[in-house]
Amino acid sequence: MTARVTGASEFDYFLDDEHEALRSTVEEFARDAVAPRAAAMDASGEFPYDLVASMSKMGLFGLPFPEEYGGMGGDYFALCLAIEELARVDSSVAITLEAAVSLGAMPVFRFGTDEQRKEWLPQLTTGEAIGAFGLTEPDGGTDAGATRTRAVLDAGTWRIDGTKAFITNAGTTLTRLITVTAVTGAGEGGRKEISSVLVPVPSPGLSVATPYSKVGWHASDTREVSLAGVVVPEANLLGERGRGFANFLSILDEGRIAIAALAVGLAQGCVDESVKYASQRQAFGAAIGTYQAIQFKIADMAVRAHTARLAYHDAAARMLAGKPFKKQAAMAKLYASEIAVTNAREATQIHGGYGFMNEAPVARFWRDSKVLEIGEGTSEVQRMLIARELGLPGT
Amino acid sequence: MKIVVTVKLVPDTTADKRIDPATKRLVRTGETVLNPFDEYAIEAALQLKEKLGAETTVTVVTMAPERGKEVVRKALAMGADDALMLSDPGCEGSDVMGTAYALAGAIAKNGFDLVVCGTQSTDAITGELPGALAEFLGVPGLTYGRKFEIDGTTLRAERETDSGFLKVTTGLPAVVSVTKSINEPRYPSFKGIMAAKTKPTTTLSLADLGIEASAVGLGAAATVVVDSAERPARGEHAVVKDEGDGGKRIADFLVSRKLL
Ligand SMILES: Cc1cc2nc3c(=O)[nH]c(=O)nc-3n(C[C@H](O)[C@H](O)[C@H](O)COP(=O)(O)OP(=O)(O)OC[C@H]3O[C@@H](n4cnc5c(N)ncnc54)[C@H](O)[C@@H]3O)c2cc1C
Repeated sequence: MTARVTGASEFDYFLDDEHEALRSTVEEFARDAVAPRAAAMDASGEFPYDLVASMSKMGLFGLPFPEEYGGMGGDYFALCLAIEELARVDSSVAITLEAAVSLGAMPVFRFGTDEQRKEWLPQLTTGEAIGAFGLTEPDGGTDAGATRTRAVLDAGTWRIDGTKAFITNAGTTLTRLITVTAVTGAGEGGRKEISSVLVPVPSPGLSVATPYSKVGWHASDTREVSLAGVVVPEANLLGERGRGFANFLSILDEGRIAIAALAVGLAQGCVDESVKYASQRQAFGAAIGTYQAIQFKIADMAVRAHTARLAYHDAAARMLAGKPFKKQAAMAKLYASEIAVTNAREATQIHGGYGFMNEAPVARFWRDSKVLEIGEGTSEVQRMLIARELGLPGT
Repeated sequence: MKIVVTVKLVPDTTADKRIDPATKRLVRTGETVLNPFDEYAIEAALQLKEKLGAETTVTVVTMAPERGKEVVRKALAMGADDALMLSDPGCEGSDVMGTAYALAGAIAKNGFDLVVCGTQSTDAITGELPGALAEFLGVPGLTYGRKFEIDGTTLRAERETDSGFLKVTTGLPAVVSVTKSINEPRYPSFKGIMAAKTKPTTTLSLADLGIEASAVGLGAAATVVVDSAERPARGEHAVVKDEGDGGKRIADFLVSRKLL
């Protein structure tokens, strides 16, 4: 993206040749390699190791990382474009990439020491290994104060006990790292001191449950993680002690742009499928797409997908230009995830009874869309954040 | 070793093709993709380069107007080293012989040990170019290769036929065309896409190659499209309902039409 910032709010969203070439490459991969498998993956819930291997070869896991760490030397916007194109046909594959990069590798890149980066990044950026991030716990995700997992420093090692809930990519055979947030002491004003610790997989005392039975994202690996007396070296502290939650929130700021891209992909997939179906399906002697009621639905869906895309492109452009982007990222994530749900509902409606059958892509999109309003900060959290950025009283 | 791969710009394979009733030629506006068959040729050349080492180079050559840069860029992003683009208004309307003649000029000028082609293009689908190219270059042509290997200056290939395959051998230099069963073409990586920016593309005119305008283009075409018609709507057809013997009934039908 040519993020030329010419004035307070003037941005140039046109993709440069390289970003466009990447986008069309991933589009082709998604259409030819992922789409034909999506329904079967959704039905079986099997993690698509072969597709992940192809994505590794294409360098998708290394997109926003420098070459010295095995990355592709691209930027975060390149990652977002890849995620959008994957999500146009399948959200499970898209979230696997999003979580592996944003939650698995990015914290190490942003907050890791030289040694930590050298140890972990080359395997994570090449997709040889996958990392996960465990923040959410059975008793709370939004509220950091609810963190119960504890890490106790004793004689040069951390001893970690606790449980993490809903952790993406926690139990694949490629998973080598789970970074967890844990209470490491009492901070200022009696508040909990929360830090992040790198936990290698496997580690004695670390176990993952069988995958959850989810409403959507069936082929994405989501599990509960238990830590029972897991011992790791003191040097596995990631970032400053006591900054665990704050650091994670800053990771989420950019992660929101990627989730917005994923939501836009799904919203666009709904448009693609609806145009196809409305052109073929006959009712009352004509294709249903000839009826204005259907045309308007699809036109509105396309408008929503387009606007949400502009919103995430804008947030990404600001981020790449080194400008403040927190508010725009929250707006993009909030809007894109909500319109993804709307588009999926409307696309299902256009497909009639077929839209309610699990093998229909739009039925899958419908089930896959809801979590977008929940993961990586709920819609309520995004609104709270935007309100705070607007300086409203009490925020 | 110098490997040359021929690549072609073709209409988007997912879009409907249309013939202009006035010119009787394929409508080529909006064409944007690399001929899918050529991806197998590029992949075969790149695998050979990976095996043979650094002194081996892969050059892609195309005859195309300016927008052919798109497909060249994709080939370079996949890993080819450089590109030759024969871009000359005089080439317009060339038939397969004219195209092969012009490409042979560009390839001969560049120098080559091996030319790798896709079996056919998705627009014209003649499958004749590799053979014509070998003829104009004056070297052996080995078409429909599903597998090939180089041993010194010997080329060994398995040639697909309707009923099986032939094992054939020839010396280099040579032209081969490869089928889709030969490999699984790679997708360009972002690093490859970035690297393609700095790889050299040489644009050539017919004059650069010393080719007379009368040897190529519409005027030189040995074949003339006399007429074209829409494909007739699908006529009568039989639906075989499977009641346990569906396979046999379809086979019997095909046998009755001498298709099996
Ligand atoms: C498929 C999937 C994958 C996931 N992957 C990961 C992962 O990899 N790593 C990870 O750490 N987590 C992951 N999560 C967890 C996810 O981030 C949390 O579910 C999410 O942040 C919400 O937290 P919660 O479930 O504890 O809900 P709660 O925090 O209990 O919230 C419940 C409801 O209350 C609302 N709420 C909470 N506080 C307030 C408030 N102050 N004001 C107004 N409303 C409020 C919320 O918006 C929500 O609607 C995943 C979840 C899912 C479903």
